Amino acid sequence: MTTALFSVAGAVAVVAAVVVVVSRRIVHAALWLVLALGAVAGCFGALQAEFVALVQILVYVGAIVVLVLFALMLTKAPMKPLPELTTGRSPFAAGVAAVLALILGAGVVFAFGNEKIKPVTDGSAKTVGTQIFKNWVLPFEVLSVLLLAALIGAIALSQRKKED
Amino acid sequence: MPLVLPLLLAVVLFCIGVYGVLARRNVITMLMSFELMLNAVNLNLVAFDAWRVDEATGQTLAIFVITLAAAEIGLGLAIVLLLFRGHGHVDADAARDLEEAS
Repeated sequence: MTTALFSVAGAVAVVAAVVVVVSRRIVHAALWLVLALGAVAGCFGALQAEFVALVQILVYVGAIVVLVLFALMLTKAPMKPLPELTTGRSPFAAGVAAVLALILGAGVVFAFGNEKIKPVTDGSAKTVGTQIFKNWVLPFEVLSVLLLAALIGAIALSQRKKED
Repeated sequence: MPLVLPLLLAVVLFCIGVYGVLARRNVITMLMSFELMLNAVNLNLVAFDAWRVDEATGQTLAIFVITLAAAEIGLGLAIVLLLFRGHGHVDADAARDLEEAS
C-alpha cells in the first residue's frame, strides 16, 4: 500500500520535474514546479514523515514558488514560448545528467539493493520538535541567524541605489 | 517498501536538476532546478531516517535543508533582480562582466 502510494507520487514528481526543466514557457515551468514539490511532499507522507511533508508544502509551495513567480513578474518574463530558453549545449547537459544518474543509481543499488523500510510512524511534530530542541539546538540557532543574515542581505541588495 | 525506491527517485530528481542547471539560460529557471536538487537531498534524508528507525534525526536535517533552501532562494532572487535592473536581462550566458552594475 505504502509502496504503491510512494510510486504514484514519485512518478508524478519525475514527470513534473522533467516538464519544469524542458518547458519553453517560464511561467508554466514555475507552475509545474508546484506539482513537482507537492508530489515530493506526498512521497514524504508515504515515508511516514508527515511534519516534513507539511513543512514542504508550507515553505516550498507557499513561499518559494510564490517568490519565484514574483521574480518572474518583476523581470518581465514573457508568457509566450521562448525557444532560446534552452541553450545549444542541452545534449551535452543531458549526457552529463545521464552518466551521473547511471553512476549514482548503480552505486545506490549496489549498496542498498536488499534493504527494506519497515513502516513505522515517527514523523509527528512532537518527535521532530523534541529532536530539534533536545539534540540540535545549536544548529537550529545558527540556522536562524543564517536566515536573518540572508533576509538582511536580500533587503540590502534590493535597496541598493545606483551610484553616481 | 524497498529502500532503493526512494533512493532511485532521489537520484532521478537530482539528475533532472543537474540537466536544468546546465541546459537552461534564464537564471530563474536555473534556481528552480536548484530547488529540485535540494528536494532530492531531502528525499534521501527522509528515506534513510525511515530505514534506520532512530528518533527522526534525518527528518530534522531535512527541515534544516528546507530552511536553507528558503534562505538561498531569497538571496538568489535578490541577486537576479539586481542583475535585471543593471542589465535588462536575466540571461546567465550574457552576464559576463563581474563589474558593478552602474
